[in-house]
Order: sequence, then C-alpha cells, then structure tokens
Amino acid sequence: MTTYYSEEHEWITIDGETGTVGITDYAQKALGDIVFVEVPEIGADFAKGDEIAVVESVKAASEIYAPVGGTVTAVNEALEEDPAMVNSHAESDGWFYKVKIADAGEVSNLMDADGYKEFIAGLE
Amino acid sequence: MTVDHPPLLKTPLFALHGELGGKMVPFAGYLMPVQYPLGVLGEHNHTRTSAGLFDVSHMGQLVISGAGADRWLESLLPGNIIGLGIGHIRYSMFTSEQGGILDDLMITKRDNDLFLVVNAACKTQDIAHLHAHLPADVTLTELDERALVALQGPKAAGVLTRFAPGVENMDFMTYAEMPVCGADCFISRSGYTGEDGYEISIPQDKAEKVCRTLLGEEEVAAIGLGARDSLRLEAGLCLYGHDLTTETTPVEASLLWAIGKRRRAEGGFPGDRIILDQIKTKNYQKKRVGILPEGRAPAREGTGIFAADGTEIGSVTSGGYGPTLGGPVAMGYVKPEFAAIDTEVFLSVRGKQLPARVAKMPFVPNHYYRKKS
Repeated sequence: MTTYYSEEHEWITIDGETGTVGITDYAQKALGDIVFVEVPEIGADFAKGDEIAVVESVKAASEIYAPVGGTVTAVNEALEEDPAMVNSHAESDGWFYKVKIADAGEVSNLMDADGYKEFIAGLE
Repeated sequence: MTVDHPPLLKTPLFALHGELGGKMVPFAGYLMPVQYPLGVLGEHNHTRTSAGLFDVSHMGQLVISGAGADRWLESLLPGNIIGLGIGHIRYSMFTSEQGGILDDLMITKRDNDLFLVVNAACKTQDIAHLHAHLPADVTLTELDERALVALQGPKAAGVLTRFAPGVENMDFMTYAEMPVCGADCFISRSGYTGEDGYEISIPQDKAEKVCRTLLGEEEVAAIGLGARDSLRLEAGLCLYGHDLTTETTPVEASLLWAIGKRRRAEGGFPGDRIILDQIKTKNYQKKRVGILPEGRAPAREGTGIFAADGTEIGSVTSGGYGPTLGGPVAMGYVKPEFAAIDTEVFLSVRGKQLPARVAKMPFVPNHYYRKKS
C-alpha cells in the first residue's frame, strides 16, 4: 500500500483498485478544531477534483476535493459522532471514505510523501 | 492590479499578542488576534470554566459631557438615559430616521458625563453622526489613548479583586473607577460572553503591564476573536453588521427590552414613529430568533430558512458551532408567524433541507452577577 497526496491536502492510500481518502495533518492543523464532517454517500460517482466532502471547523466550512475519480464504497461513520478524530488522527482513523478508483492513471498526478513534504515546506 | 487599503491599525497590545502566539487577522481596520495556540475551542471552554482575557481596544471609547448631554443623547437613541443612575450602564442603539439600527452601544452614566463604548467597525460613522447633531452645550471627546480589555468567566471576579479590591461587590451593569496595578482604570461589570466579568479601560501606556499581570494569574488565558464570537452567539448576543443592521429595527431585532417605558410613551428618537408603530400594531415582516439545528451540521450566516411547505421564511444572520452546547447554534430572522419557540423550520445547507427549531435564547444560561436585593 502506498499513500499519495494532493495539492489540496488530501491523502489517498492505494490498496489494489481501492483508495482510502482523508485530509492531511497539515490540513487539520490549518483548519483548527473540527466540529462536523459531511462525507459522501456510498455508491456516489464523481470525477477527480469534484467537491466530495465538507469539513466544518469552529470557524468556517471547507470543501474537500476528490484526489481521484471513482465510486464511493465506504464512508467513515465514526466521524459523525466524533469529528474531532480528524484533528487527532488525520492520516489514520480520521479517514473520510473509500473509493473504487476509475482510472489508475490519475494517481500518477499526485505527490508521494517526500514530494508532499517539500510542497508544504514551500507554503511556510 | 493592486488596490490601496488603508494600513491596518494596531492596538496597544499588539506586541503582546505576537509574544503570546496570536494569529493576527484584519478585523474592522485593525490587526486582531483571532486565536492563540490554545485554539478557538479551548479558548471558548476556558472562558466558560475559568477566566479569559480579550483585547477589545479596537472598539470606540467616547465621552459626552455638558449640561444637556443626557437629554441630547436621548434624541439619538431609544434608551432611558435621563433616568439612568450614576455608576450604572445601559445597552442601547443609535437609530436611523427609518427606524433601522446604526450601531449598538453601551452607555455609562458617570459623575459628570456619559462614557460610551461603540463598535469598532462603526466608530468613525458614529462620531460623525454625533458631531453632525452636537449642540453647543455638549462636548464629544474620543478617548483614543485608552486600551479596552475584557476579563470574562466564573473566575474573573476572583482574579480582578486581587488587584482591585472591591470589584467583586460590583453589580452587573455597574461602573467604578479604580487603580489596577498603578493604572487608572474604568471598570464595568459587563461583557459579551454571557459570563460574569469585567470590561476594563486602561491608559494605553499601562495596558500591556495590566494585561501581563492578569495573564500571570493561573486562571487567566488570552482569548481571541474566534472564541469571542462563539461565546456571544451561545449567549444570544447580537453582532452588529450581521444580526443588527440599518435594515433591522429594535422591534424586529427582539431588543424591545432596551426601549425604556417613558421612551415608548414619549418617542423623541430617530425613527420613533416607525418603531413605536411596530410596538403598537405588532405589524412588521421579520423577527430575530434563536435557531437550533437538529443534526450536527452548522448553518452559517446567509443560510436560507424555510417552512415545512418549502416557502422561504428568512435567513441565518449568525451561525456556527456552540462548544458549550456541543452542537450547532444559530440566530436569524424569520417571518413573525414562525417566531414562536419550538416552531419547526428547515435550513438549506449545501442543497439539503436540514430540520431545526426556533429556540429560546440565551442557548446557554448566562451567569451575570446580580446582588440579592
């Protein structure tokens, strides 16, 4: 399994045809205390770059964009009761949804861990 | 293309905010701390359980003096100023000829004058408005060399009394002048959080010293604008420019309690005909109410409010997450026939109609200090 990162601060861990998507630790820090996560519906089809989820912090709502296109196969129900899990475990238990990837080629446009580290270093 | 903005102003506590790790943002022409490393949620909870220190030096501090000051100020707002006792504070609002609200403010009657605190974003226009109507026997002075801070929370009185003995006995909405750490302070037992606490006006050259002293007490943490907003929203308090505007009258804004009995009988303030007519006939088109969404999704400012049959009946003017309540909270304007407590309404959030109900404010009980009489 390999994890890739988008410039919009989503991560996707690829396991065969399926990817697990969440937001990065950098993103949760920037958003602050997260109080609500709206995850997509299971079975929803969407394209890369579509608005797929919404994160509400104490201060504002932020859209989350799909790092790759595909079909939603599972969502993290635990976030409904405990959205703060995105703050505490952004890149593990705080995942948002799983996706059956439509076009594996889209993954190649994403960054690997080192690339993302360099990317966020450039933002500071 | 570049747009010229006037340079952002700094309060006398700017250096201290930097030292405390405050995240500075532009607000009403000032660079203000929106949060500190504790974070909005932590700062909110700290204020509700201990004591929070807020820099509100961006607000306008004015003094009106002269023999005719009380009577003249009554010609610009619907509050009872003539009947206000010395050392007492009143909440009121400047009204327009159309009955709309130009700004909301606090007025303190002092021994020889009136001390006003107005909103930062409105202070320039307020001063112009006051000058435009100023009679010969009244003087307006802007206290632009004073900082203003708020110390709020259940432990505020215990902390402040260590440096200003006697403040613990002040009643809610009263005022006293006393030294704090060698600075001549104006102390008001008032605030914008729903908690007990004080607002303290300090000569600007002593402000940092006073704040460092207060922050040195273990109960006290610095609190930013983010938590200030969630605290006041849970307390059901209005934010000018959002919940109150020139398009809302005091009646529509559910601020009838701020219009004195004598003022209702006599009028004599801008927009009196329209406002008094609304009181008498109950004929107006919208009313400010509290709204509790049933799910967990916050409804932000601008969210449409709908009736069960799908008709749009109003919109949210302040909305977010209430940390003490542990869920979303909002206020907004609805058609008066939907303003009754527990009325079912729907909020249009990202294309979904989320159920909510009209709710009593404050959303969390307030803890103002009132002496037993």
